Amino acid sequence: MQTITLHSFDGGIHPQENKHQSTQTPIASLPLPAQLIVPVGQHIGAPAEVIVAVGDRVLKGQLIAQPKGFVSAAIHAPTSGKVAAIEQRELPHSSGLQGTCVIIDTDGQDQWLEDIANGSQAIADYLEADNDVLVNRIRDCGITGMGGAGFPTAVKMAVKGRHIETLIINAAECEPYITADDMLMRERAEEAMRGIQILMKLTAAENCLIGIEDNKPEAIKAMEDALHKVHGEHHIAVITIPTKYPSGGEKQLIEILTGKEVPNGGIPADIGIVCQNVGTCEAVYHAVAEGKPLISRITTITGESVAQPQNVDVLIGTPVKHVLAFAGFKQEKSLFQKFLGSLSAKAQSSDSKPRIIMGGPMMGFTLSSDELPILKSSNCILAPSQQELPANDVASACIRCGLCTEACPADLLPQQLYWFSKSGELDKAEQHNIADCIECGACSYVCPSQIPLVQYYRHAKGEIKEERAAHEKSSRSKVRFEARQDRLDREAAEKEAKRQARTAAAEKAQAAKKLAAAKAAEEAAKNGDPADGAASNAETGAAASVPEPVDLEKLQTQLDAAQAGLKKSMDKVAAIKSGEAENEKEADNLAVFEKAVATRRDKVKLLALQIAEAKKSAPPVKKEISRDDIEKKLRAQQDRIDKTKQRFELAQEQGSETLPALQKGLDKQMQKLTELEADLAQFDKAGV
Amino acid sequence: MAFVNITSPHAHGGNSTSRIMLLVILATVPGIIALTYFFGWGNLINIVLAAITALTCEALILKIRKRPISFFLKDNSALLTAVLLGIALPPFAPWWVTVVAVSFSMVFAKHLYGGLGNNPFNPAMVGYALVLISFPVQMTTNWATPFFLSAEQTLSFPDTLSVIFSSTPGLSDGFSGATPLDTYKHLANNETSLEILQGPLFSSDVANATSGGSASNWFAGGWEFVNIAFLIGGLALLALRIFTWHIPFSLLAALGTCSMLFGWDADLYVPWSLHIFTGATMLGAFFIATDPVTASTTPLGKLIYGAGIGILIFVIRTWGAYPDAVAFAVLLMNFAAPLIDTYTQPRTYGHTKAKRGMPSKPDAADNASKEG
Repeated sequence: MQTITLHSFDGGIHPQENKHQSTQTPIASLPLPAQLIVPVGQHIGAPAEVIVAVGDRVLKGQLIAQPKGFVSAAIHAPTSGKVAAIEQRELPHSSGLQGTCVIIDTDGQDQWLEDIANGSQAIADYLEADNDVLVNRIRDCGITGMGGAGFPTAVKMAVKGRHIETLIINAAECEPYITADDMLMRERAEEAMRGIQILMKLTAAENCLIGIEDNKPEAIKAMEDALHKVHGEHHIAVITIPTKYPSGGEKQLIEILTGKEVPNGGIPADIGIVCQNVGTCEAVYHAVAEGKPLISRITTITGESVAQPQNVDVLIGTPVKHVLAFAGFKQEKSLFQKFLGSLSAKAQSSDSKPRIIMGGPMMGFTLSSDELPILKSSNCILAPSQQELPANDVASACIRCGLCTEACPADLLPQQLYWFSKSGELDKAEQHNIADCIECGACSYVCPSQIPLVQYYRHAKGEIKEERAAHEKSSRSKVRFEARQDRLDREAAEKEAKRQARTAAAEKAQAAKKLAAAKAAEEAAKNGDPADGAASNAETGAAASVPEPVDLEKLQTQLDAAQAGLKKSMDKVAAIKSGEAENEKEADNLAVFEKAVATRRDKVKLLALQIAEAKKSAPPVKKEISRDDIEKKLRAQQDRIDKTKQRFELAQEQGSETLPALQKGLDKQMQKLTELEADLAQFDKAGV
Repeated sequence: MAFVNITSPHAHGGNSTSRIMLLVILATVPGIIALTYFFGWGNLINIVLAAITALTCEALILKIRKRPISFFLKDNSALLTAVLLGIALPPFAPWWVTVVAVSFSMVFAKHLYGGLGNNPFNPAMVGYALVLISFPVQMTTNWATPFFLSAEQTLSFPDTLSVIFSSTPGLSDGFSGATPLDTYKHLANNETSLEILQGPLFSSDVANATSGGSASNWFAGGWEFVNIAFLIGGLALLALRIFTWHIPFSLLAALGTCSMLFGWDADLYVPWSLHIFTGATMLGAFFIATDPVTASTTPLGKLIYGAGIGILIFVIRTWGAYPDAVAFAVLLMNFAAPLIDTYTQPRTYGHTKAKRGMPSKPDAADNASKEG
């Protein structure tokens, strides 16, 4: 016998144990129910795939659903009968979710599958067998963790390449009321011990510690006897640990027995430990040594609302109703209800409904109906009276007394987590390691304000999970959106460049044309038709030097406004896509916002183009015009006027018909002259 | 058959807020008895007056806030605030001082912040600080002298009533005087420790009986017994696990250390024994500073919080203008409590070290999680 220094975990509570009620009688077997409801997803991982059809006759132990994927488990028919239906039914789960169930009408013969009945599946010399053969057998028999979570055992045992120092057998059974493991150890210690030997062999663990709370002396004795009888070597030890909830939590039991902590985000195998429930060990033994799949389990049925609290060996899929009836369930009625009786249907308020808990009073969940089946992981059906486990009072305000901090086995600050969960400060809740909450309920148990703390934490955890998923989704779509935006911008820029090149070419051509026209006019003026020439000359000059009144500043303002609008719309669209929209209404309007972005972008482009053109056609950049230029123009204009005046005088003398036209041309030229003079004056002024 | 759906856990330990509050109130009883024994009826009358005022205010404001009145009155929190204020206020304080302090603490310090559990500052101390600042004369001249210093023992019950309710002049003249802390502090300016301790407050009959009247006798005017009584009540609460040892321990340790370090020269400073065993030290350490709503809530944070109060009590008593300092020290540390909590998270199971401080920015968190 090796000596073990026991450690302790922080926190923990000592609730009333209430275990003696259900250990007075031996494990009973249940009469066959008329119908079994066998869900194909009873374990962690992918639900199994149904391989029988409605109307098929199935035998006890026959595979009815095969594992799908690595983390999954096989499901077998718990008795012989006919498949009545394969349909979606509500599962015994805290969320009330639905899952595929195989409904079997039992035929009362309880006829085993031939292979199992004749023992041909048994591996007699299992301690000499190949590990792969054993793991496959465990997988084929659909063994899953029977302590609560229901993790497929074969997956846990596939620890190749990992050095396992200690195999820990969890027989603490720390939850009040539950005695399934206690009774199993009292009555089937030998099978359990042989199962432990198999697990020792599979994990190649150096030693094995069986942790049992000190409130189960009979079980401890039985296990020790079995150990002496079955096991020659001394690598296995039955360890008595102090009773304290939640010492049966995997992490807590590991800490008690080894002093080690499972690293955050890791699994026990990371520190060389594998943990298994004692009930699972027994199931492993039956699977390996007898070839029997997991089709039944020991379940505690207890609480003041049943007449005979006890443990029963129950087939998986048995409706809870059947189990309750066997133990003598009586619906509790308050005096008030009795008085009202059937007078009023309204009297059946939610308060008056009975409460049936699957699991223990600390971590179990209430069942919504008694039609739900027993699963491989259902260790207890608790039917308490109102007085026994009163429904919580109205919660009063948290006074931050810190009793929860003292009770928390994970060393969290439940009172802080409560405030953060309540106010939706999820980042702070995460910072305070809400993910490490094991939902043991110790905090709620000690809370003087009767706050359902665990409920807040579950809610916050769910919110965080959802937020994570949404955030991931939005970052993906953000990347996609930005890539698209980049591409669009690039295309627009290329298009714009082409367009500008084209415009430049066109303008060049236009300028050349104008130049040609001006020359032609000049020629025309020289060659005889002086009035026309002068007029057209004057016009050309005016067109050239007086730019069309495009208000650049105004355009720029418009462009700025349009760009700001575009940015706003784009931000909105981005916000909606990344899920940051202020309300759903906005999110619904995504299409509208996207359209607005398109319209605004077009407008911006148009304005930019206009500005570019305006700048090009009227480069009235004063610095570029020298005084000389203006003087030159002025002189040229004066020359022109002189010439026109001469022609005018000549025409007057000759009484020519071109006189009015010449007069008009002269006026225009004079006007131009004044303008040029004004320009010059302004230039001088600005220049000085 | 349909069943009711309730979330786990389904079992409850049976503790309740009103039970906690009631136990704290009961734990003040030894202290109240000592106060009454040494200083007369003043505090008892104050407590009753404060309780009536507190419950009335609480009921009124609950009505205005449209909250269930009896549900909240039953939690005993208003009663506790009233009892603490009644103990803390000077025994001969005029009735309106008590009424102002209590109503202010109920209405402004408690309910304007959202009621029980939501107030950042200790309501009793807010009320106390208000009247201390507003009515300094009434708050400093109405302290009673212990019974053994006056020939007629303590002021009679009817006389105390008329002092409190009609401020009858002269009635309490023979029965009031400065507290030992105040006396020592002021006398230390021009007297030596030996001379001060010869004074009537410090070498009383009671003290002489216990330690022979020598110069090393530090027992002071009955206050040491009041403090011991509160210490007993506090230890009882500790044994009942109403609060943890952290805050009282660190408060007393810090105050004791400071007064020993700085007050080594008893001719200049109040000796450590007076700091620990007079004034509101024990009341503050076990009943005021441990108010969970306004205190720090992490184990390490509680140590820091308590030590902060202890240091501030010493600083304000030594260099401040007020005779006692518990109210201000507690209020100042109330300010700091949320910050302390943020930086004193314990290490969670499975983590290599404690996560402390504010949560990092979302982007940084993203990167961190990616790296992790």
